[in-house]
Amino acid sequence: MENLESLVAQAKSAIDAAADAQALDQVRVQYLGKKGELTQLLKGLGHLSAAERPQAGAAINEAKQELQAVINQRKNGLNDQLLNQRLAAETIDVTLPGRGQQSGNLHPVTKTLDRIEAFFSHLGYEVAQGPEIEDDYHNFEALNIPSHHPARAMHDTFYFDAHTLLRTHTSPVQIRVMENGEPPFGIICPGRVYRCDSDLTHTPMFHQVEGLLVDEGVSFADLKGTVAEFLKVFFEKELAVRFRPSYFPFTEPSAEVDIECVICGGEGCRVCSHTGWIEIMGCGMVHPNVFTSAGIDAEKYTGFAFGMGAERLAMLRYGVNDLRLFFENDLRFLSQFN
Amino acid sequence: MKFSEKWIREWVNPDIDSQQLVAQLTMAGLEVDGIEPVAGKFEGVVVAEVVTKEAHPNADKLSVCRISTGQQEYQVVCGAPNVRAGIKVVLAEVGAILPGNFKIKKAKLRGVESHGMLCSEKELELSDNHDGIIELADEAPVGQDIRTYLGLNDNCIDIDLTPNRGDCLSITGLARELGVLNKLPVTSVEIQSVAASIDDGFPVVVDAPEGCPRYVGRVIRHINANATTPLWMQERLRRGGLRSIDPVVDVTNYVMLELGQPMHAFDLEQLQKGIRVRMAKPGEKLTLLDGQEVALNDETLLITDDSGPLAMAGIMGGVNSGISENTQHIFLESAFFSPLAIAGKARSYGLHTDSSHRFERGVDYRLQSVALERATQLLLQIVGGEPGPVTEVCSEAHLPAAEVIELRKHRISGLLSLTLPDHEIEGILIRLGMQIETKNGEGWRVIVPSYRFDLSIEADLIEEIARVYGYDHIPVKLPQVSLKSRPRSEAVISLSQIRSMLLARGYYEAITYSFVDPKLQAYFDTSNQGITLANPISSDMAVMRTSLWPGLIQALQYNQNRQQERICLFESGLVFNKTESGIEQVAKLGGVIVGGRAPESWANARAQSDFYDAKGDVETILALGGNSDSYEFIPAENHALHPGQSALIMRNRKTVGAIGALHPSIEQALSIKGPVYLFEMDLGMIEQGVVAYFEPLSKFPEVRRDLSIIVDNSIHLSAVDKQVRQDAGESLVDLTLFDLYQGKGIDPDRKSLTLGLTWQHRSRTLTDDEISRLVDSIINNLEKQFNAELRG
Repeated sequence: MENLESLVAQAKSAIDAAADAQALDQVRVQYLGKKGELTQLLKGLGHLSAAERPQAGAAINEAKQELQAVINQRKNGLNDQLLNQRLAAETIDVTLPGRGQQSGNLHPVTKTLDRIEAFFSHLGYEVAQGPEIEDDYHNFEALNIPSHHPARAMHDTFYFDAHTLLRTHTSPVQIRVMENGEPPFGIICPGRVYRCDSDLTHTPMFHQVEGLLVDEGVSFADLKGTVAEFLKVFFEKELAVRFRPSYFPFTEPSAEVDIECVICGGEGCRVCSHTGWIEIMGCGMVHPNVFTSAGIDAEKYTGFAFGMGAERLAMLRYGVNDLRLFFENDLRFLSQFN
Repeated sequence: MKFSEKWIREWVNPDIDSQQLVAQLTMAGLEVDGIEPVAGKFEGVVVAEVVTKEAHPNADKLSVCRISTGQQEYQVVCGAPNVRAGIKVVLAEVGAILPGNFKIKKAKLRGVESHGMLCSEKELELSDNHDGIIELADEAPVGQDIRTYLGLNDNCIDIDLTPNRGDCLSITGLARELGVLNKLPVTSVEIQSVAASIDDGFPVVVDAPEGCPRYVGRVIRHINANATTPLWMQERLRRGGLRSIDPVVDVTNYVMLELGQPMHAFDLEQLQKGIRVRMAKPGEKLTLLDGQEVALNDETLLITDDSGPLAMAGIMGGVNSGISENTQHIFLESAFFSPLAIAGKARSYGLHTDSSHRFERGVDYRLQSVALERATQLLLQIVGGEPGPVTEVCSEAHLPAAEVIELRKHRISGLLSLTLPDHEIEGILIRLGMQIETKNGEGWRVIVPSYRFDLSIEADLIEEIARVYGYDHIPVKLPQVSLKSRPRSEAVISLSQIRSMLLARGYYEAITYSFVDPKLQAYFDTSNQGITLANPISSDMAVMRTSLWPGLIQALQYNQNRQQERICLFESGLVFNKTESGIEQVAKLGGVIVGGRAPESWANARAQSDFYDAKGDVETILALGGNSDSYEFIPAENHALHPGQSALIMRNRKTVGAIGALHPSIEQALSIKGPVYLFEMDLGMIEQGVVAYFEPLSKFPEVRRDLSIIVDNSIHLSAVDKQVRQDAGESLVDLTLFDLYQGKGIDPDRKSLTLGLTWQHRSRTLTDDEISRLVDSIINNLEKQFNAELRG
């Protein structure tokens, strides 16, 4: 049995010396395989007496198990080593940027319009669209602005001919919707409008959003509530809002809405001309003449309308300080509004 | 409208400071644009008299003066050209502080001592006038502080009036408004009729009473041509934004500011026989006060005499009949021109005057005689003269009728969600100058005053009540309206889905002008030059776009000029076409790409975008509807596109859009670095998709075969695809071109296409045999139809 002990010792050093899985397997075959040295020892048990046999057999089997365990351990060790080598080799710089397309983004005016639409859609308003080349009737006459009206001077209108023009506001959409339906109406009309004016604070095209709510019993108090709620949601801020009497031919009573300056918080700054207030939209109760033009019973129904400039809201919301940037489409500008 | 705060406080003086006054006006709908002190901040400046004036010994342009302040005399060196002995001047004494914290000290000017400084208007920040020193009236009290003498502790308030409030274009109107808001009485000026001292009348005939229902006039003879406008009047005019011209014109302007009645003064000597108010005749011309000669149209109301047009009624006088420095006898006009006769007329001649501004908004039609008397009174004070009798021509029938309005309580409470006690409503109405004709349980019948042209219906009165009561005091609530929900069909693709898709694929959204340069548009549209604006803002924004491409190309140029290499832009919006049935306004989606396929990065290939990048983007959009197989890309010529890289996008035989490479000659002409790829689609034609419907998954295995064929370059994949599908049987579930090869080993006129075909049956396993039969038939037909050969 000294032979067994030295055999085990030999095998163990062979296992230790095995550099990889293949070498290890050779060692296993050499000692534990069918023709392996320990297997041969077992086969040699026949030469022993019946009394010696069980003890010797047990010793050999124990040695076999021991060796198998050492082999397994070595195998695991080798596997770990291999895996670690692989992992080390596969280590990358995770700070490198990812592959593929970078997504673009919406124009800030569209983002603004989308946010306005989202607020009012949630309240049940429908989005309505209308033509941009309008007729004089829908842009002016039906809105209680006859041809001689001084308010026409405030609308520097682009004309194609005496009756065809580029709409100067989104209000004609009100008329078109009311002409073709029955109250209640709750609509929001975003879109391009045009005025023949171009300087630091005017572009010949800009965007407006018109809103209209018509039903029985709609009041100026509802208008105040709706507008104030919208402004708070839009600016995500508890803002002071004030309604000032104003004049639009298509609403009566009419109001101009001011918000506490979002730049200085009402302290007074350059943006609000040191008044602490910023004019944000016009609104009012639909003028009975407008209802009549659109074929709605002005005795039965009342309604409010409001209109705001999307560029102005976008400028205040995103801090854009030059109106003209909106139409230059400079990628350095566009890419700032994710 | 600009006015002096001090002046209005003489009429009505609420116990509030200037800032509160301004806030009150703004919140009443008379928006204050600005408030400015009428003079700079200064002290120690007094009225003084020039006693003597001597030449300066060492300087040609300077004089050495003895200046008296009554108690003391100083030696002052002055450089003004108008300084002379005997005049009253403004002296900043030693120790005075002028605007800009400029301290006046004793000084030596070219060796002569000067104790103080004589001031110009600019030095006191009264105006920008620095032509000479201020000359005060002879009666100016020597020694008095100039701030007191000129009433300079005053503000100039500028209000931006809405067009409905013509009644506030005067001190009278504004004072009335402040009286209403503060519940205070208004003290107006006392105006008495001036009796005629001569008999000279001047005949007036009104041929156009609808335009001029009332015309009041008077002759004043022998006025003093050398008189000057008193300083107090000059100051009030200045603070009202008007320049002093001559005493007669100043008085007419002053009455306009004070009462709101625009007036005109003619030089009587220049008038032939009599005044006739009539419409212009075609071909008539008039040279206006501002020197321009205008050809009159027959919609213009004129003041004429026997010789022809004298003035554009209510707009501007003519130069020949106007007041000059030699005028001795005048004819004063105070008329009511109806708003409709004036509205828009001044604008049609490119004119806008203080007079037309007021007449087109409405002047109190009961004011003309009063204003004439007031002007006479002031003229007699300032230029003297002998007034004749007043001539008045009036057509009562053509004067506006006083509006009578029914005001119902339930309409007030309904529109404002506010119930006010009767006495409060009546108080507001009465303070506003309304007359309550009758009253019952329902409400009131109210007569509107002659100066409120803006009040004609019930809603107008409700606004007045809300305005005076205060918009801030109207309750706030949210509407209780049940709006019908009109859900959008799931099958319809929304613009926002399309946008999101393009954003994810690297596009930025552009917004370009709807009007473009016709020269640029011509590159893209030879058939249709677009609808032309009658009054474009500039020649490069003169026609409506017929495609989104010109605008997108312009945006691309803009960015290329700013060193951007890779540009992906899209836009959605209307394009405009003139058709036989009228103007068509169609919503389109357009895109443009140029430069690298992917952002420059270590990780991305450096390849440049090509046709298939743009096409991939288009296909992804079309796939949103779940029915991309309803679309086809058909090679087609397009003037703007590369003839070999251009396709129409078709659906059900209708053209939905176009895609392709910008024509190299256009790139060259516009100095664009290409190749540029463009697409455009009609949004209405691509929005209809389908709602997905589940198809059961097969449990049986797929079979795949790859097929490489060589065909002529001219063979389109779409044709091959169609043929293969015909022969591949119903179980074909996928057909993909996964390799395209042209080059070494292949005839240069031919290309190799490698197709991957996948079959799968719903209810059984497909056999090798049947697949082989299908493949044979596919190959067979490809050989026949396309002269294809099987490769390798």
